Amino acid sequence: MSEQMKKAAQEKVARLARLRRDGGVLHDYRAPRWDEPFIMEQGTPGERGVLVPLAEDGVKAAVGEAADYIPEGMRRAAAPDLPELSQHQVLRHYLRYSQMTLGMDLGSDISEGTCTMKYSPKMHEELIRGHRAADLHPWQDEDTMQGLLEIVYNTGQYLKSISGMDAFTLQPGGGSHAVFTNACVMRAYFETRGELGQRDEMITTIFSHPCDAATPMVAGFKVITVMPDENGYPDLEAFKAAVSERTVGCMITNPEDTGIYNPQIDKYVEILHAAGALAFTDQANANGILGYARARDAGFDACHFNLHKTFSSPHGCEGPATGAYMCTEELAKYLPVPVVTKTGDTYHLDYDRPESIGRVRGFLGNWMGVIRAYAWIRNMGPDGLKEVAEISVLNNNYLDNLLMAVKGVSRPYAEGHRRLDQVRYSLEQLKEDTGVGTEAIRDRMVDFGIQSMWMSHHPWVVPEPFTPEPCETYSKADLDEWAAVIKKAVDEAYADPQFVLDSPHEQPIDQMRRTEALEDPDQWAFTWRKYKKKFLKQS
Amino acid sequence: MAGKPFIHPYIPNAVPETKEAMLRELGLSSIEEIYAEIPDRLRFKGELDIPPAILSERALRKHVQGLLDKNSSSVDYLNFCGAGCWQHHVPAIVDEVINRAEFVSAYCGGDYSDLGKYLTRFEFNSMLGELLDLDGVANPIYDWGDVAGRSFRMARRITGRDKVLVPAHMSPMRLMEARTLCQPEAMPTSTKIRFYEWDRETGMVDLADLKAKLDDSIAAVYWESPGYLGTIEAGGAEIVKLAHEVGALAISGVDPVTLGVLAPPGAIGADIACGDIQALGMHMHAGGGCSGFIGFRDDDPKFAQECPLELYTVLETATPGQYAVGEALAERTSYGARDQGKDWVGTASGLWTIAAAVYMAVMGPQGFKELGETCIARSHYAAQRLGELAGVEIKLSPSFFKEFVVDFGGTGKTVAEINKKLLGHEIFGGKDLSAEFPELGQSALYCVTEYYDQADIDTLVSAVKEVTA
Repeated sequence: MSEQMKKAAQEKVARLARLRRDGGVLHDYRAPRWDEPFIMEQGTPGERGVLVPLAEDGVKAAVGEAADYIPEGMRRAAAPDLPELSQHQVLRHYLRYSQMTLGMDLGSDISEGTCTMKYSPKMHEELIRGHRAADLHPWQDEDTMQGLLEIVYNTGQYLKSISGMDAFTLQPGGGSHAVFTNACVMRAYFETRGELGQRDEMITTIFSHPCDAATPMVAGFKVITVMPDENGYPDLEAFKAAVSERTVGCMITNPEDTGIYNPQIDKYVEILHAAGALAFTDQANANGILGYARARDAGFDACHFNLHKTFSSPHGCEGPATGAYMCTEELAKYLPVPVVTKTGDTYHLDYDRPESIGRVRGFLGNWMGVIRAYAWIRNMGPDGLKEVAEISVLNNNYLDNLLMAVKGVSRPYAEGHRRLDQVRYSLEQLKEDTGVGTEAIRDRMVDFGIQSMWMSHHPWVVPEPFTPEPCETYSKADLDEWAAVIKKAVDEAYADPQFVLDSPHEQPIDQMRRTEALEDPDQWAFTWRKYKKKFLKQS
Repeated sequence: MAGKPFIHPYIPNAVPETKEAMLRELGLSSIEEIYAEIPDRLRFKGELDIPPAILSERALRKHVQGLLDKNSSSVDYLNFCGAGCWQHHVPAIVDEVINRAEFVSAYCGGDYSDLGKYLTRFEFNSMLGELLDLDGVANPIYDWGDVAGRSFRMARRITGRDKVLVPAHMSPMRLMEARTLCQPEAMPTSTKIRFYEWDRETGMVDLADLKAKLDDSIAAVYWESPGYLGTIEAGGAEIVKLAHEVGALAISGVDPVTLGVLAPPGAIGADIACGDIQALGMHMHAGGGCSGFIGFRDDDPKFAQECPLELYTVLETATPGQYAVGEALAERTSYGARDQGKDWVGTASGLWTIAAAVYMAVMGPQGFKELGETCIARSHYAAQRLGELAGVEIKLSPSFFKEFVVDFGGTGKTVAEINKKLLGHEIFGGKDLSAEFPELGQSALYCVTEYYDQADIDTLVSAVKEVTA
């Protein structure tokens, strides 16, 4: 063995020893790095990635030239400047990109709080990829998709039981979309009562998801945002003051993104009902309360679930997803069409609902997510669902214990109260001590094969925030590792802040530059053709 | 849960020894002590009305697959229905890539750790920009109807005007979605939808009627090509000209799979384009394969600033020649500005943009051209053969891409009756238009893509002949 090789071996041993101290096992990780050009820059004219069928001679003889059916001026003059590559080269390119995507399955998505990044069983993927799920046409006769309708109908029944509500729709294409559906249902409710002119204010809280503020605005309402009191609960006095004869309702989360369960939540609902308003709860954070608390039991008129978070459907690089919207019998007539119903042993799509809000989405919805959620609920059963909640809450408190022992980490609000599914922490002290804030820690932790951490929705009410959510998927060793990564990055910040500020160090690319392009019209380029025109002077 | 005979494979810390060790760390005797945070009056004490667990993977697979097998798919049957969700061939490489665990499981991971996802997203935007001939493409969301409504709201914000003109034969389903977004007209921030007419003989827009309805209160003129009824709109350039004359924007609704042979929105002069990417490599998934895009001119920053969807720009890194991708103008989205933002963004349809990126990359310019020619040829062949049947007539202009209107009025039978009987031949017939467009009588919208060959079409024609006889 040469001296150089010996030295390298010793360095590796020393590196591993450094990584594995402090109680947690850290991975000696380097992200895959492929110096891969954009696909638009690859290939050669004439290469083909896939061949498409050509019209048969008999067809051509019957109809003549295809171009003759295109109106004058509607024929494409110049071919689109798409890449021309053979199939292996395209496959290899996107496999390399997939390797440069940590995702959830490879790493640890404890980091992505508010998202409930749980394991999505692989068997469910087999179910949705089969042709009797994937190759159904939305307009095909309902008699020919009874199996799908049965799955959707029964999933709705289970979600009704979990929420205590009376009716459901699975049409929304995501959580925010289900929240928007609520704003439209409330709008229809007051429109029917002739009160839409009078009632135009929706109340939310700052620790509720941004969509609880944005979607009622899109539906046409003014939005009032209630700030937290000194304990982190939505300020009850401010809430009372916000409610009036102008109030449509509320759209709030509980537990909020702080993980704090509001023990007076039913009081807020009573205040709204006394004013003739409605109450909706955003249940993106429902994982810790499954089987333990139900929206209807706190008085809410409506709620939603994310089938892609709480009910195991994967996130697919941010969709497609499925929002489940649940409501009381009183609001059921406003649900979007079609509604899935059951008569005897057959299932139907009911379009005959004159007071419906209409549609929030075309066709039926993203029912791949429903098939997965159905399989997951059936696999869990009623006791399994409660165990999901219990272990997620236990995991969260266990991780909390580890993180609160890390110098520079604090947990604002509700001293003496335990959090349920997640916690919003602050690195304010670390920032004051070292100049290293939460963004730098985020960019450093990925060097250990741990997913980049979710900090907070805007605005940052908690300074230098971060929000882990260690749901039931994660083992004790995973929790130990996650806390050890935070400790490691914090220790580095105290020892050598510039090293952390220069993060990341082990990623597919180096630190980003020219970030003014994110805001500057002269610099941004949303497509490669624009970049070429602006910076490479090609057209 | 005492005495539970199994440990669930997705819940590692359910092992009693682990649970106890963790509770010990916390100084707790049970998880119940944590749930004391929920007051007793709000605690659910009943039993969830959910059937007992099906535990083994094999038994669960058998149960759910058994339900799915009650469906008949477009592989079991021949499918000639489109109407907004189309059966095109999905190259195997597309499924291979989007079934990668990294892509299936990724969510909103960081710029570095999920780099490949962002690079793919940028490539999707770039390749769709080439098809559309537009420099700005945003990250897609739910579906065409949704992005149509968002485009109308975007035009309202850009122009400060509150009326949008749409053709009266716009897809009724997309119109319903757009109305939900545009609010009831009595609301002060509503976007008002007004209609212009179409020619009942040809299916083309009525340019004279459009001209008569245009004034300086109009924020935008929207049109679809191919339209819902299948026809390729001949008047696109004229629509753009008329809209611009009164200071309105021109919004093109378009199916991008047609753009290997049809003139793209950018070349026609559209300011904004919207549509669905479902035909670009997505299985239909009973409509779940849909995903709506917005593209726009980028010669004026207002378009990007008022765009309601996420935007991604290419950046560089500390290493020369190395590229990164970052979210641009993030503060204008609902994540940045809550109720002061431009509509909202959320979990959208990321996996489908990856599928479409792979699809566009393997198809290339030649693939899109050939696909267009085959769709036109085979759909015209089907129309010609169906039109030869007694009592069957093909309506509207022969300028169509893959969908056409078949009038069964002369057969004395309703579309509903015919479609029910076609099921007996294991065929899904065209979309029944009789409720949506009563003026077309007993008509159906048929769809023939490259997926079905001459023999399949001949099978359809024989079956239709039999059931209409």
